[in-house]
Amino acid sequence: MTAPLKKQTQYLMGNIAAAEGALAAGCRFFGGYPITPSSEIMEHMAKVLPGKGGVFMQMEDELGSIAAVVGASWAGAKAMTATSGPGFSLMQETIGYAAITETPCVIIDVQRAGPATGQATRPGSGDIIQAKHGSHGDYEIIALAPSSVQEMYDLTIRAFNLSEKFRVPTFVMTDEGIGHLREGAVLHKDFETINRRKEPGTMPFDTDDPLFVPPMPIFGDGENLLVTGSTHDGWGYRKVEQPEVHERLVKRLRQKILDHRDEIIETSEDFTKDAELLVIAYGFVARSARKAVKVLREKGYKAGLLRLKTLWPFPKDIVARLTSVAHKVIVPEMNYGQVAGEVAKVSKSEVIPYCRVNGEVISSIELIRELERHVS
Amino acid sequence: MSRVHEQWIRPGIAKTTFCAGCGHGILMNAVLRAVETLKIPPRELLFVSGIGCAAWIPSPNFNADTLHTLHGRAVAFAVGAKSFNPKLNVIVISGDGDIASIGGNHLIHAARRNDDITVICASNENYGMTGGQTGPTTRLGGLTATHPAGNPYKPFDLVHLVLAAGAQYAARYTVTQPRALSNAIERAVSTKGFCFIETISPCPTQFGRRNRFDQIDKLYDDLVSRYITRQEAHKMDPKDTVEKIVTGEWFRGEVMP
Ligand SMILES: Cc1ncc(C[n+]2csc(CCOP(=O)(O)OP(=O)(O)O)c2C)c(N)n1
Repeated sequence: MTAPLKKQTQYLMGNIAAAEGALAAGCRFFGGYPITPSSEIMEHMAKVLPGKGGVFMQMEDELGSIAAVVGASWAGAKAMTATSGPGFSLMQETIGYAAITETPCVIIDVQRAGPATGQATRPGSGDIIQAKHGSHGDYEIIALAPSSVQEMYDLTIRAFNLSEKFRVPTFVMTDEGIGHLREGAVLHKDFETINRRKEPGTMPFDTDDPLFVPPMPIFGDGENLLVTGSTHDGWGYRKVEQPEVHERLVKRLRQKILDHRDEIIETSEDFTKDAELLVIAYGFVARSARKAVKVLREKGYKAGLLRLKTLWPFPKDIVARLTSVAHKVIVPEMNYGQVAGEVAKVSKSEVIPYCRVNGEVISSIELIRELERHVS
Repeated sequence: MSRVHEQWIRPGIAKTTFCAGCGHGILMNAVLRAVETLKIPPRELLFVSGIGCAAWIPSPNFNADTLHTLHGRAVAFAVGAKSFNPKLNVIVISGDGDIASIGGNHLIHAARRNDDITVICASNENYGMTGGQTGPTTRLGGLTATHPAGNPYKPFDLVHLVLAAGAQYAARYTVTQPRALSNAIERAVSTKGFCFIETISPCPTQFGRRNRFDQIDKLYDDLVSRYITRQEAHKMDPKDTVEKIVTGEWFRGEVMP
C-alpha cells in the first residue's frame, strides 16, 4: 500500500533524480561514457545542462570522462561523471589524482554485478571497497549510499556540498536497483549550497593548520597555479624526494576527512536502543532490512536497524556503540561481505554476513527468515 | 633564452631538468617566443602536460596556470578545462609516448571533435624518462632498451594521423628549425580548432647512446641530414622519403601528403 503522492511529488527514476540533484546543487559540467545501468544520468544531463549554461561532453572512454571532469573542476565547474563497474575501474588512477590534487568532483557509481562485464543489467554492491581503495596509495574519499529515489536526489546534492567543502572526490554508491527504481520524490530547493572557498594569494595545497582544507583558486584567476599529481608543497612545487613533504601531504589528505567524521557521516536508526539483534544495511538492501526488522518487532523480538547513508569514512563509532548493546550483528549485502568486514573491525559482538551475489536483490521475506534463525 | 622570456619563467626556477643536448629546452623557448609574440596575457593561458621528460617543459617552469596530469591523459584534462572556460588558451605539451601511445585515443578523438586546443608533441623516438624503451615514434630498426636488436615496427606518422582524424592544422618541425617551429606554434595557438605540432627533439642520453651517436653533435648532424621540407618531398620518389623527416605545415582540407 502506497501513500497518496504529495503535491510537489514527482514520480521518477532514481537515475533521473540523481541527475536532478546534481543540477540543483550547481553541477555545470558532465563528462561521461555510456554504460548500463547508469546511462540515464548522462542522457538527462545531455538534455538539461546546455539550457542551464553548463557543458556536457561525451568522452571517448571513462579515462577521458574523469580526466575531463578534473580539468573542468580546475576551470571552475562543479563537475561530475556517472558510470558502473567497468567504467569505475578505468577511472581509478585519475580518482587518486583528484585525491592528491584535492579536486572537488562527484562520481556516481550505479553498481552492477561484477567482476568484469558480469551482469550488466543486475544490481550488485561489489564496488564498495574499490571506492575507498581503488587507486594506489593512501588517501581518503567520501562515499554516500542512497536507499530511495528521494535520496538519489538528496545525497547527490550532499555529495556536491561535501566534495566542494573538503576538496575531495565524492562518490554516490548506488546500484541498478535504486538507479532504475521508479517512485515518488520531491525535487525540493530546501537545502544549503556549499561553494568552494577562494582566497587570492594563499597556498592552494596546504594550510597553517596541517589538518584542514586549503582554499581553491581556479584557472584564469591569475594565480599561476601549479597543479600536479606528484608529491608537492603548499604552492604545488614538485618535491618528490623529501620524506617530510610527502608525509605532511598524505597525512593531511587523510585527516581533513577523518577529523570531520561527525560532520560527514549520516546514518539512520530503527528500534536500535534496545536491539539485541542488529541489522546493518545500506542501499537497496536497507529497504528489505527495514521491513524485516519491523516484522520481527511485531513478533516481539528485539531487532533493530542501522542504515548507513555514509559508507566512507566508515561510521565506526556508531557501529561500535550499537554493537555493544546487540548480541549479534547481521550485515546483508550484495557482495561477499565488503561492509561486513568493516563492521567486524569495530564490532563488540559477533558479525554475521548475509551475502548475495547472483544479481537478485535480497528480499524482506528471506531476511525475516534469516533474522528469525538468530533470535530463536 | 632571451631576457624578454624571463617574465614567463616561474619565480624560483633556476634551471631545467633536461640532460645536456636534449631538445626539450629549445622547444620550451619556441613556445615562450610564440606566446610572447601573440601577447597573450599569462592569466589566459593554461598549459597541460602528462608524465615524462617533455611534460616537465611547462610544469613547473612556466609562470601561468599549469596542470601536470597523469601519463596519457593530458589531452582529456585539457578538453575538460577548455570546454568549461573557452576564454583559456589551452596548450598541451608532452612526449610522444604520452600523447600518442598511452594517450592515443584522447588525441584522435580530440582531433575528430576539433576541440579548440593546441597539442605540442615532443617526439624523441623513445621513452626518455623511464630509460629509453621503444616509443610510438621510434624509427624502424632503432635500438632501444626493449628492442635491443632493433625496433621491428614502423613509427606513427602523427601529422597524418591527426589530419585523418579531423585536425584543423598540423605541423612538424625539428628543434634545429627553431624559428619555423615557433611560428607554427603561433599559428596553432591563434587558429580555432584542434591544432597539432610534432616537434622532433633528440634524446642523446637514451636514444643517442644506444644508437651509436656517441657525441651529441652526431645526433644533431643526423637530424639535420634527415629533415626535408614538404616541397622537397613532393619532388622526390616516395620510397626515398622513408628515411626522411618531412617538415612543414598542413591545413585541413588540403590535399595530403
Ligand atoms: C600509467 C603509467 N604507466 C607508466 C608510467 C611510467 N612512465 C613515466 S614517463 C613514461 C614515458 C614517457 O615517455 P614520453 O611520453 O615519450 O616522454 P619523454 O620522457 O620521452 O619526454 C612512462 C612509461 C606512468 N607514469 N604511468
